[in-house]
Amino acid sequence: MRIDHDALVVGAGGAGLWAALELARAGISTGVLTKLYPTRSHTGAAQGGVCAALGNQEEDHWEWHMFDTVKGGDYLVDQDAAEVLAHEAIETVIELEHMGLPFNRTPDGKIDQRRFGGHTRNFGEAPVKRACFAADRTGHMILQTLYQNCIKAGVHFYDEYHVVDLLFEGGEGGDGGRAAGVVAYRIADGELHTFGAKAVLLATGGNGRMFSITSNAHSLTGDGMALAYRHGIPLEDMEFYQFHPTGIYGIGILLSEAARGEGGTLLNSEGERFMARYAPKAMELAPRDMVSRAIYLEIRDGRGIGPKKDYVYLDVRHLGRAVIEEKLPDITEFARVYLGVEPLTEPVPIQPTAHYAMGGIPTDLRTRVVRDEMNTPVEGLFAAGEAACVSVHGANRLGTNSLVDLLVFGRRAGREMTAYCRAATLPAIAPAVEEPVRAELEALRTRPDGESPSALKDDLATLMMDNVGVFRTAPMMAAAVAGVAQIKERYTRVRVRDTGRVFNTDLLEARELGYLIDCAEAMATSAISRTESRGAHSRDDFPERDDVNFLAHTLAYRGEAGPSLRYKPVTITRFEPKPRVY
Amino acid sequence: MQVDLRILRFDPERDAAPHWESYRVDAEPMDRVLNLLISVKADQDGTLTFRRSCAHGICGSDAMLINGRNRLACKIRVDQLGRKITVAPLTGLPVMKDLVVDMDGFLAKYRSVMPFLIADTPPPERERRQSPADRARYDDTTKCILCAACTTACPSFWAQPSYVGPAAIVNAHRFIFDTRDDAGDERLEILADKDGVWRCRTIFNCVDACPRGINITRAILEVSRAVVERTV
Ligand SMILES: Cc1cc2nc3c(=O)[nH]c(=O)nc-3n(C[C@H](O)[C@H](O)[C@H](O)COP(=O)(O)OP(=O)(O)OC[C@H]3O[C@@H](n4cnc5c(N)ncnc54)[C@H](O)[C@@H]3O)c2cc1C
Ligand code: SF4
Ligand code: FES
Repeated sequence: MRIDHDALVVGAGGAGLWAALELARAGISTGVLTKLYPTRSHTGAAQGGVCAALGNQEEDHWEWHMFDTVKGGDYLVDQDAAEVLAHEAIETVIELEHMGLPFNRTPDGKIDQRRFGGHTRNFGEAPVKRACFAADRTGHMILQTLYQNCIKAGVHFYDEYHVVDLLFEGGEGGDGGRAAGVVAYRIADGELHTFGAKAVLLATGGNGRMFSITSNAHSLTGDGMALAYRHGIPLEDMEFYQFHPTGIYGIGILLSEAARGEGGTLLNSEGERFMARYAPKAMELAPRDMVSRAIYLEIRDGRGIGPKKDYVYLDVRHLGRAVIEEKLPDITEFARVYLGVEPLTEPVPIQPTAHYAMGGIPTDLRTRVVRDEMNTPVEGLFAAGEAACVSVHGANRLGTNSLVDLLVFGRRAGREMTAYCRAATLPAIAPAVEEPVRAELEALRTRPDGESPSALKDDLATLMMDNVGVFRTAPMMAAAVAGVAQIKERYTRVRVRDTGRVFNTDLLEARELGYLIDCAEAMATSAISRTESRGAHSRDDFPERDDVNFLAHTLAYRGEAGPSLRYKPVTITRFEPKPRVY
Repeated sequence: MQVDLRILRFDPERDAAPHWESYRVDAEPMDRVLNLLISVKADQDGTLTFRRSCAHGICGSDAMLINGRNRLACKIRVDQLGRKITVAPLTGLPVMKDLVVDMDGFLAKYRSVMPFLIADTPPPERERRQSPADRARYDDTTKCILCAACTTACPSFWAQPSYVGPAAIVNAHRFIFDTRDDAGDERLEILADKDGVWRCRTIFNCVDACPRGINITRAILEVSRAVVERTV
């Protein structure tokens, strides 16, 4: 079937929903396509909070927030973007409150705020209370509130439509073409639908499922990133992937940084607060890359806990029942349900877990997708949220800044697309444009023999976890590059076992595995080529940051013989790069 | 340990009616039912179909009938269930395939109670103020993840599918008792309907089913009282 709208939003997490809301309020005909029911999106899993320099609890300024973001990202952040982020955070959080978000409150009824790693007062002096929160379900409340307001505004949803291709007019996206729509697979019956539009937003979230221990939902398979990549658009800074320090041991489910924000500590096998060795001032509230690395080093040096000496403890016992139950209820429940551990009386076993893609589809400040180091926009194509790289997170994202990113740049995307749609005409879509992707899906669905996609996916996740994780060496990354190439080759022979049309999740999981492989390829190649350590990219053979050669964003372009790389300068406005100590 | 897993299967392209299939699965006591379903799909039968996303009880994708009670497959552990585990789709919603039910009717009921903040006054420059005590009045009902476990465990809903159901009332409660909202009366009007709160027989199945621990019956009672008094 053929369906036309002025604007299409792919993805109904925080970024997609806010964009859709702006478009609907402006009267632009908009369709939101989402492979999950909107409220199932992973934004709902965000726990800790969303930072904005409201100054409700103590003095704060957006310039301080901007500085923390730049420093936290190890100076790879584009500072004009960080300025937009920190500045507009304030009005977007207030607007969310007006939309109904049930923030926790101070005694005088204002939005309550708490501390979070890397957020400081007066350019690094001491921690500041900047994270606005709704218990430890801030993301859940953001997702619900935005979805509710989309219902109120009459947004048109296509629930359980899996976008499987992007359409362009006048050439590929990476080659001067203009976005023209998408092809989507309706999960309920396996029908392909062609959607035409003037403007398309990619807000498909992250790709954490390429790692074996991850906080990410099963659905986070990098679809939007891979689809853009397949159409000649580069992926930016893919080597920067965040490992969150406190994943539940063995499973990866996240225990929010809020636990440390409220005063939780990290202990090694000797019962020692080992962060004193790595970040004596910030201690457990140092940025995530540093804390994850510290855990890794403690374990490597034999101070891990457990039969395999491969985890450390998160301890909240001293916070007392009232704080734990009132401010950290979900986290407490996770420990009880998934580990059988009672945080009131026992420390909780944790290990770093794959959490957040700092890299993604490159965009400018107006959320327009750009295709080269000159920031040439791809007409009609936009990206926001975790799928995008604007870049506000640089080499390492600070806690809460992803939610800020969704709100600020989701809103900007909606406004930008509104203006674009008012001026643009509907592109022409050739007949039968969906045939190539139909053929790909049919080949996958009907291949008589071959390897199981789930086994191949496990191989990919183990390969990436072992070799492109918290700590990297040249031989490890070389193994990853070669291993991904092999997995990509094996992928051409996978066999789906469900050959039906109705709700064929076997087919879709196999399709998603292809997206993960594309993202892994870009990540491994970008990583091995960056011969320095910066933020989350930490290697033993190049332990120092190298601003002479690598104060630059990586752009990875797809090629038949593997990705080719280009570099683009970082935008520096207010803060000259300095050594990063906490 | 080995678990006997029985799953109610239905493929509309092949089966005239649902039927039970049995699987033997290796499991650890701390595994969740979702792990078992994923392992059956990976190693025994790739056609087994179920929804899942977050795998830690926050997205609401995988509510199903497990050993006779509605549970999230990603939140209920093998050691809580024993060696014999049966899994079936939620009761009372049309089955699309295996454990996947059609949620459209359920979500239409959610939308029918106007689940969004309606404020008559223009927003102030900064946040609307709300005291911690006022915020606490509706805290419990903000936790809902729309998993449908409550509504599909409710005998009143089974008997009368037009009943708006506990999940919709929970979400109405979330706004009715929010001091920033001005549309409480309209919602109470909707819930005073014959398919509204009066169908609740306080059977408490919903409370047992809710994976978020929401005290649903109390929320329904508070809404019922407000319907009578028409004051919030
Ligand atoms: C456990 C956890 C806790 C977190 N806590 C915090 C926190 O406290 N603070 C913070 O700032 N950040 C936090 N984060 C990070 C943050 O939540 C995410 O980065 C953010 O929510 C991503 O939002 P999004 O809108 O980009 O995408 P998502 O919310 O992931 O949504 C993606 C959407 O895309 C759709 N989609 C994907 N592929 C397709 C396709 N092919 N076709 C159609 N639709 C598709 C999905 O259906 C979904 O609607 C946390 C992350 C995790 C995992
Ligand atoms: S009230 Fe509880 S059981 Fe009902 S839909 Fe919400 S979370 Fe699920
Ligand atoms: S998979 Fe998200 S609630 Fe179970």
